[in-house]
Amino acid sequence: MELLLIFIIGLLHASGLYMLLRRSMFKMIIGLILLGNGVNLLIFLLGRLTKGNPPVIESSAKVFTQIYADPLPQALILTAIVIGFGLQSFAIILIKRVYQVLGTDDLDELNSTDEEI
Amino acid sequence: MNNPYILSPIILQLAAAVILMFFWYKPKIQKVLSIIFSIAAVGVAGYLFSYIWTNGIMITQSGNWKAPFGITFVADLLAVTLVLVSSIAALGVSIFAAGSMREERLKFGYYPVFHFLVMGLQGAFLTGDIFNLYVWFEVIIISSFVLMTLGGKKAQLEGAIKYVSLNLLASSLFLIGIGFLYGLTGTLNMADLSLKVKEIENIGLVNVTGGLLLVAFGIKSAIFPMYFWLPASYHTPPSAVTAIFGGLLTKVGVYAMLRTFSLIFGGDEFMTVTISIIAALTIVGGAFGAMSHRHLSKIFGYLIISHIGFMLVGISIFTEVALMGTVFYLVHDIIVKTNLFMVSGLVLKINGTQDIKDLGGLYKSYPLLSLLMAIPLFSVVGIPPLSGFWAKIFFVQSALEVKDYLLVTSVILGSFLTLWVIGKVWSEVFWKNGEDLPKVANGKYFDSLNTANKWSFVFPMVFLSLASLYIGFGAKHVINLSQKIAADLVDPSSYIQVVLQNQLP
Repeated sequence: MELLLIFIIGLLHASGLYMLLRRSMFKMIIGLILLGNGVNLLIFLLGRLTKGNPPVIESSAKVFTQIYADPLPQALILTAIVIGFGLQSFAIILIKRVYQVLGTDDLDELNSTDEEI
Repeated sequence: MNNPYILSPIILQLAAAVILMFFWYKPKIQKVLSIIFSIAAVGVAGYLFSYIWTNGIMITQSGNWKAPFGITFVADLLAVTLVLVSSIAALGVSIFAAGSMREERLKFGYYPVFHFLVMGLQGAFLTGDIFNLYVWFEVIIISSFVLMTLGGKKAQLEGAIKYVSLNLLASSLFLIGIGFLYGLTGTLNMADLSLKVKEIENIGLVNVTGGLLLVAFGIKSAIFPMYFWLPASYHTPPSAVTAIFGGLLTKVGVYAMLRTFSLIFGGDEFMTVTISIIAALTIVGGAFGAMSHRHLSKIFGYLIISHIGFMLVGISIFTEVALMGTVFYLVHDIIVKTNLFMVSGLVLKINGTQDIKDLGGLYKSYPLLSLLMAIPLFSVVGIPPLSGFWAKIFFVQSALEVKDYLLVTSVILGSFLTLWVIGKVWSEVFWKNGEDLPKVANGKYFDSLNTANKWSFVFPMVFLSLASLYIGFGAKHVINLSQKIAADLVDPSSYIQVVLQNQLP
């Protein structure tokens, strides 16, 4: 399972970075979304995968007796997904507006704010 | 030492933002309310500052989960100083926006989002948990995205694409770094991380994590070679937005570096050398950028970059004297850079352009205003006894102590080039004989405003100039304060002790 996740994470990062380096704005956003998903899986992997019970102590016991899954990485990923969702939807609306106003999808043509002295 | 009242700066800003949302289409009420809330915020921050100054570090554990398990908020001297200084800058911008922003723009929700932004800043300063720091960073950047695109002009959208994409990338890198840290140590509390990272034997992996966080914070604070988004975007929104961006946003990145490199990755030679080279290149690169431009806001944007480099000098040397310099410069820079962008906004309002080639004769037509604008301009250079001067002494002194002549050279060269740039701005905009600029027929210029509106431009500049004059002339107090903070940064044991309470071995 770890090995599979490692490959998926690598693939998501690589494809995300590749898309980020393209000239199209739309592909850039796709790249950022892929990268974000790759990062979320990475946290999941680094939080150590354990096959175990939910981290709830039974009422009769005072400490954990069985193997339990660490709930913190899941909480982190959930937060990161929600934040990422908000930011990505803003970015998508932004590129739509930019496309409407400037009439181009090519990042190389968005250089008027750089070139004026 | 458990004290939930340290959250009050955050809650006050949240309340301000939420209440202002009920007056979405009533900008006049929003202006008054926002200024009242900002004054209250300065009061609360000032009280919190004096309380921490006398009583030492205070913490609050959210949900009463003891640190390292819950999210801890820590009000140490560095955090409350920055909370106080940022509330002062925010009060200035709040008044400035009341005069300079058009009502149509205010109706897009400038004020509520502005208070959300300040809330994010206060949260980032006060949190003691690295994932919570990430969340506050996201609060800051989503608010700044909205402020940057507010009004939706062509140039704004173009600048925003660059700003948004690089900031999203930086957030992903920050998150990867957090994932690594959690994988290595199993904790996210910064005080706990500080203890556990020292026990890790695989130094290479720790350095990789430090590098990831350096790049993430570096993009946010615009250090070499990741600063190109800043001059491409900062001059596009209205000056009331740029003032808060230029004064505070890049400085949160510096704060995060100070925090993580003092607590988590302190004292590693590889990081030290890397940061010192980056610092030198940032100083010189930013200054050269400022020299090559004619647009006033762009010049000031490049000066932000150059002066971020000064703060990195302190972080790379990491002795008490060097960090005193960084903390002093941070306090000075927040006030002065906010003021500087107000200057550029006022120049735009008077003349309708920011191209220094077309401008001129401002001193002749507005002598008193020009003298007022001279204070931030020359504080940035650090002409003694104005505020930028004192920090640079510490930088040079500490760099000489560790015999890092690259940093000595770049600090002096950077100050000299800043002087050159400000001298050029002063002679072109204020001294040169100006021609009459063509005026837009229905444009609103500074002359045609009523008295109250004029004062809302001038008052925040007077207020912030007084603050920066205090930092310059009352330098003794600020040096005293930054010395205390620097001592805590070099030896964070009291911070760790308070956060983890009695759980130390």
